[in-house]
Amino acid sequence: MIAEAGLAALWLAAGLAALQLVLMVTALRSNVDVGHTMRSIAVVQGALTLIAFAMLLQVFAATDLSVALVFENSHSAKPFIYKVAGAWGNHEGSMLMWVTILAAAGACLAIFSRRTSARTLVAALGAQAALALGFYAFLLIASNPFARLNPPAAEGQGLNPLLQDPGLAFHPPTLYFGYVGLSVAFSLAVGALLTNEVDSRLAQAMRPWILAAWIMLTLGITAGSYWAYYELGWGGWWFWDPVENASLMPWLAATALLHSINVLAARGALKAWTMMLAVIAFSMSMVGTFLVRSGVLTSVHAFAIDPERGTFLLALLALYVGAAFVLFAFRGATLKEGAPFELVSRETGLVINNLLLSVILGIVFVGTLYPLFVEAVSGEKLSVGAPYFNAVAGPLALILAVLVGIGPLLAWRRERRPVFKALSVPALLGVTALVISFIVAPGIGILPRSGLVVASYLAAASILPLIGRNPLRAPVATWGMVLAHFGIAVALTGMAMNAAFTEERLAVARTGDRLSVGPWLVEFAGVTPTAGKNWTAVEGELRATRGQGLVTLKPQTRYYSNPPTETNEAAIETFWNGQLYTVVGKADGEGGWQLRLWWKPFVTLIWAGGALIALGGALALIGRLLRLRRRRSRSREAEWRMERYA
Amino acid sequence: MSRAVRFAPLALLLVLLAGLIWRLATPADTNVSSKLKDQPVPVFILGAALPTKPALSSSDLATGRPRLVNIFASWCVPCITEVKVLQQLKAHGVTIDGIAVRDRSEDVADFLARNGDPYERIGSDPQSQVQISLGSSGVPESFVVDGRGVIRYQHIGPIEANEVPMILRVLERAR
Repeated sequence: MIAEAGLAALWLAAGLAALQLVLMVTALRSNVDVGHTMRSIAVVQGALTLIAFAMLLQVFAATDLSVALVFENSHSAKPFIYKVAGAWGNHEGSMLMWVTILAAAGACLAIFSRRTSARTLVAALGAQAALALGFYAFLLIASNPFARLNPPAAEGQGLNPLLQDPGLAFHPPTLYFGYVGLSVAFSLAVGALLTNEVDSRLAQAMRPWILAAWIMLTLGITAGSYWAYYELGWGGWWFWDPVENASLMPWLAATALLHSINVLAARGALKAWTMMLAVIAFSMSMVGTFLVRSGVLTSVHAFAIDPERGTFLLALLALYVGAAFVLFAFRGATLKEGAPFELVSRETGLVINNLLLSVILGIVFVGTLYPLFVEAVSGEKLSVGAPYFNAVAGPLALILAVLVGIGPLLAWRRERRPVFKALSVPALLGVTALVISFIVAPGIGILPRSGLVVASYLAAASILPLIGRNPLRAPVATWGMVLAHFGIAVALTGMAMNAAFTEERLAVARTGDRLSVGPWLVEFAGVTPTAGKNWTAVEGELRATRGQGLVTLKPQTRYYSNPPTETNEAAIETFWNGQLYTVVGKADGEGGWQLRLWWKPFVTLIWAGGALIALGGALALIGRLLRLRRRRSRSREAEWRMERYA
Repeated sequence: MSRAVRFAPLALLLVLLAGLIWRLATPADTNVSSKLKDQPVPVFILGAALPTKPALSSSDLATGRPRLVNIFASWCVPCITEVKVLQQLKAHGVTIDGIAVRDRSEDVADFLARNGDPYERIGSDPQSQVQISLGSSGVPESFVVDGRGVIRYQHIGPIEANEVPMILRVLERAR
């Protein structure tokens, strides 16, 4: 019954989405006001998808083996939290989650968006419903999560053990909130292009949505990076894998959008460019979903390859992105640019920020898809790896980080004050870092060294907007910006330290062997068998010391029976100045075990920086919402006075 | 805004879609084989992995007779079983050179003392750079290089005992 209820809710939601589409067309062709109806339908549609998703959670929580999806992806022996998380740890469930967030975002837009003009809101809700409609069709036709299994199975087929991890419970939902949250910016842009109302009012309405989606993307990417780091057992935090790039590309576009929207909101300029970015950001989310779900690119994230679903998703992608681009091509000409600005101004700073981010986005995009195109054209197979991305995108990212310190100091329209003087302290810090790095570590690469220099400079430069004023009276949004920019410096320090000073040790070791890695001396004390709820493992014992104190690490190689899989569970010990990362691998049959040891100085700063960036975004969002609220209550007060004293 | 600029995103999208449709229609083959087959070995100079054994450079490979270049590591467990097969090949008169990937001198010495030493020369490749330039994606891997320094055959994974006659035939043909 539960599964059928979920399916019925999905069909109903699809019907309502179709109705919204019809309403939008009517409203755009005539001047009928359908705003109220449209908003109510959007809310009901969102509620229906939430019901469908709750039903899916219920069948997974109860391990209802008469549902095919549960049989394929769950097992009664699985810990409860992974049973629930298993609901979205598969293709159908994750697509249902995607469409649920899409519809719920539409409902939120209907409820909270009071600043948008009525016509644009109707058009945007229509666009959002059109997006949802395609994905409902995809679910109901090609990926029904509620399909029954007759007769029901006696036991489920388990879940990929790599995914039995707390990371799974949070990483995909967070990323999906980010991916799909960008759909609101897409729909608002499409709506405004349809009604010809691209103005600063639209930008102010769009900004909180972009911020919210961007915060989730930042958190999702940070969490995903840490998950890959400790779960895959290779000690790396970013692999430039196509699926990782698929999440990075929308983030880059959203970051550019986040900055250009300010120009549109404050100055009414960069209209066409900002609308283009809003379309591209969500398009990148869809491209990412397609790349991940269709399996067209070889990746460590081995999702099932299914040409039929791939074709369906590609058709949706072509339809939505194509339609938005066509609309842009015809309406772009009518967009009048806003207030002019001079060469040295905040606007110029943000334009350069956007150009650099777009070029980096282009580099990642080309690198990710280049192998595919080379093979299509010449039949040759090749892969594009970290050396390309680091060498090409790295220097640009560093230049961008330098400009991050300057941009926020500039005034709108034109800058006449000597702002560059304020940068002397940060610049001095950078030079100091350069000198120290040459004394302490003359042999490190140019990119890590530049990273350390820029990070030292930016750590100081990023807080300049709070200097010279009472920091407590600065707007919350300014605090958010400062925190996010400071987070870049922190993450950059972690990346550069990790690239410059990581030490690696691979060896086949026997009980009693001693290995050195970095400042550590590690003694291999042998292995013992151990078992968990649905796995058995060999657990190595490593005793590590660096002069004083003793740390014991217990990395495991786990064997899951259902399905039969082997995973490495790294043992990681965190210290204030880095992490000791250990993995035990295979036996050589003669008493030796394969060990992999890493000493990674300050590696945790990478994720701490990511968290700071997201926190800064959250502060900015709170600041924006507070200000909107204050403005609204002030205008209400003014209305009341006018009535009273008229 | 000019017409060309406004339609550029649409044009790019069409190119992207064409590529993706092509890929959906022709599923990828995921075996990574070296593109250097029938090409000369790329130029490289490696330091010696052991103080007691000569180092390896690309110029050492073009000596007029075919050689087997084996990429291995002391930390690689399948390499232990493969070394014994390499001993058999050596007994058949095959010259074998080694490239030790991401390894240390004392570990390599220990590995060879324990498992036997079929190698004439061993180069040390601490950052996998030569391994990657050869088009190898893992350990162990082996290349048959003919007398003029041209790669004639790539073997991915350990050479098993039953593959010895096949490797010998490949070496014979490379003569």
